Amino acid sequence: MTTVAVKPATMAQALGRALRDAMTDDPTVHVMGEDVGTLGGVFRVTDGLAKEFGEDRVTDTPLAEAGILGTAVGMAMYGLRPVVEMQFDAFAYPAFEQLISHVAKMRNRTRGAMPLPLTVRVPYGGGIGGVEHHSDSSEAYYMATPGLHVVTPATVADAYGLLREAIASDDPVVFLEPKRLYWSKDSWNPDEPQAVEPIGRAVVRRRGRSATLITYGPSVPVCLEAADAARAEGWDLEVVDLRSLVPFDDETVAASVRRTGRAVVVHESGGYGGPGGEIAARVTERCFHHLEAPVLRVAGFDIPYPPPMLERHHLPGVDRILDAVARLQWEAQS
Amino acid sequence: MTVMEQRGAYRPTPPPAWQPRTDPAPLLPDALPHRVLGTRAADRVDPDLLRRLYAELVRGRRYNTQATALTKQGRLAVYPSSNGQEACEVAAALVLEERDWLFPSYRDTLAAVARGLDPVQALTLLRGDRHTGYDPYEHRVAPLCTPLATQLPHAVGLAHAARLKGDDVVALALVGDGGTSEGDFHEALNFAAVWQAPVVFLVQNNGFAISVPLAKQTAAPSLAHKAVGYGMPGRLVDGNDAVAVHEVLGEAIAHARAGLGPTLVEAVTYRMEAHTNADDDKRYREDTEVEAWRAHDPIALMEHALTERGLLDEDGVRAVREDAEAMAADLRERMNQDPVLDPMDLFAHVYARPTANLLEQEAQLRAELDAEARHHDDEHDDEYGGEATDARSHEPEGNTR
Ligand SMILES: Cc1ncc(C[n+]2csc(CCOP(=O)(O)OP(=O)(O)O)c2C)c(N)n1
Repeated sequence: MTTVAVKPATMAQALGRALRDAMTDDPTVHVMGEDVGTLGGVFRVTDGLAKEFGEDRVTDTPLAEAGILGTAVGMAMYGLRPVVEMQFDAFAYPAFEQLISHVAKMRNRTRGAMPLPLTVRVPYGGGIGGVEHHSDSSEAYYMATPGLHVVTPATVADAYGLLREAIASDDPVVFLEPKRLYWSKDSWNPDEPQAVEPIGRAVVRRRGRSATLITYGPSVPVCLEAADAARAEGWDLEVVDLRSLVPFDDETVAASVRRTGRAVVVHESGGYGGPGGEIAARVTERCFHHLEAPVLRVAGFDIPYPPPMLERHHLPGVDRILDAVARLQWEAQS
Repeated sequence: MTVMEQRGAYRPTPPPAWQPRTDPAPLLPDALPHRVLGTRAADRVDPDLLRRLYAELVRGRRYNTQATALTKQGRLAVYPSSNGQEACEVAAALVLEERDWLFPSYRDTLAAVARGLDPVQALTLLRGDRHTGYDPYEHRVAPLCTPLATQLPHAVGLAHAARLKGDDVVALALVGDGGTSEGDFHEALNFAAVWQAPVVFLVQNNGFAISVPLAKQTAAPSLAHKAVGYGMPGRLVDGNDAVAVHEVLGEAIAHARAGLGPTLVEAVTYRMEAHTNADDDKRYREDTEVEAWRAHDPIALMEHALTERGLLDEDGVRAVREDAEAMAADLRERMNQDPVLDPMDLFAHVYARPTANLLEQEAQLRAELDAEARHHDDEHDDEYGGEATDARSHEPEGNTR
């Protein structure tokens, strides 16, 4: 066996590779959005696709998010599989009408006659110093809408695998791409891209015994770092990466919390009305008798996303997570 | 008897005659962009106006190059330069009365500065310390708007409200060619026309929306044509001719002020630099195209017109440049100072009366900052033998990038 030096790929490149492979395998897959063609997207995820597949399949649209998603609905009605790109989290909002009123409901309102297999890619979250309206964490809005799958990768391998799954799904998927991980690399081999498990499975990223950190997307690396730091304090933390917010993998999460007896949910979107509330409630319902302490949440503050020079005070970092972990010693404290 | 039963006898009556609305008279824009500089009409322009526009153009260009330089030094996170479009920016600012309102898009820092805003305050969004670093009421400049075209309905509403109150105020809203594809653009134009609101829309057609050329944005003969369908006049103007832009906007504003409703103005111009400093324009356009536009530079056009009429000599040019240089030096110096930020500002203006939830989070951050400061001071003690200085909870932030 020869070992070939593998050039590590970034998450952005893995996403591009997933689009390319999906388009090669299935001629009904179309990519569309603002600047996705000639430019290759502002994050270069679609780099090279227009050249390879032509403008009819990789389309620079007019600048209109409602129009992009609305026309994608019609294309999906006629048997295509559109993958649309919303340029930034906060610029997807004009498309909400289409997403909520049609994309999410079409299967249900037509009693299954008109399913919409389309994927909406949304770069989301902060941490890259973006100005106003470029750092929103919008996952709670999507999670609150029945009919949508909501997926977010944290590793390069998952970026590839989950996007392939999303495109292949017969239901609409909101595919949230953590902006600050676009340039991250890991051991994923771009020469042997592997699909992952179907959408809806969480994964334990790090085994531990004393508590579970439940997280996803941009907060996964932060939690892994916190878990490393916690060792010094005598805590052996388990880290669960949800990967999919809808559907939710109760099994993996509950199994972990039953093992550890303690849990902290970590995400950067606001805590009030945020994903953590739902997750904490589910964990409590399933693991009440195993819990040694209440399920805690570490989230972004409940404020409009701040200007970049202040964002480090807003984003949940290692210290804030360790603080919560310390509070898990509930008995001693109360 | 139903209609079906009497079919033989049924004779549908024609609908009442449809009257096309023809007022205000011709809505269609001229076939060619309106131009003043380089034509005979330039001879009749008020010399003072020419000089004012010239000085602002030179200052504007200098502002653009200085801001771009600041991005390279890491003092600005990002700058969408309006280099090449200064004539639109400057004319938009100068044409307004003090009581009027300007609704800028994210590329229009220059228009805001030309209207009187502090150059540093106008850059806070792009530097990253504040979302809007100025009080919009001070110079009647709405916050620089990042989501495209969303400021247009605001401009219509404000103009409408002013008229309801009996105030003689006009709103001028700026948008790019790409922004005209957004739903908000269309809804704003429709409201404005139906309400006959005193608002003027200025589209700066600079050829591109990031990488997407106009041909992929619209199939209309011009963006000014879009006015017709809403029932308002459309005007087409050379966007590099500051006098022409000033003239066309002036007419549109007078029209609006007279209660005759909105106008859509399309200024044809060109973006000489990449979309922002983070963009690579080599991917979507040829240098030759950029160079062709350089020959139609707004400052050169103005300089030529002024010189021809004997309104400008070398000393005049030097004086204007020195003034622009002083502005740039001041901007550079002030931007090189680290902004003093208070992290507690995160909570300062979320609600008029903070919620209990936010007060709790505020306390949490304060505790974190205090702990950080103690930690800092301890380290300081170790290093310097106990010369702890000020409390660090409100320590000025360094540049985070
Ligand atoms: C609603 C919305 N969608 C997408 C974006 C991202 N974006 C920022 S600028 C830009 C291009 C704007 O082009 P144009 O309107 O022509 O203005 P110009 O940049 O040429 O001044 C895009 C797509 C945005 N800011 N807002």
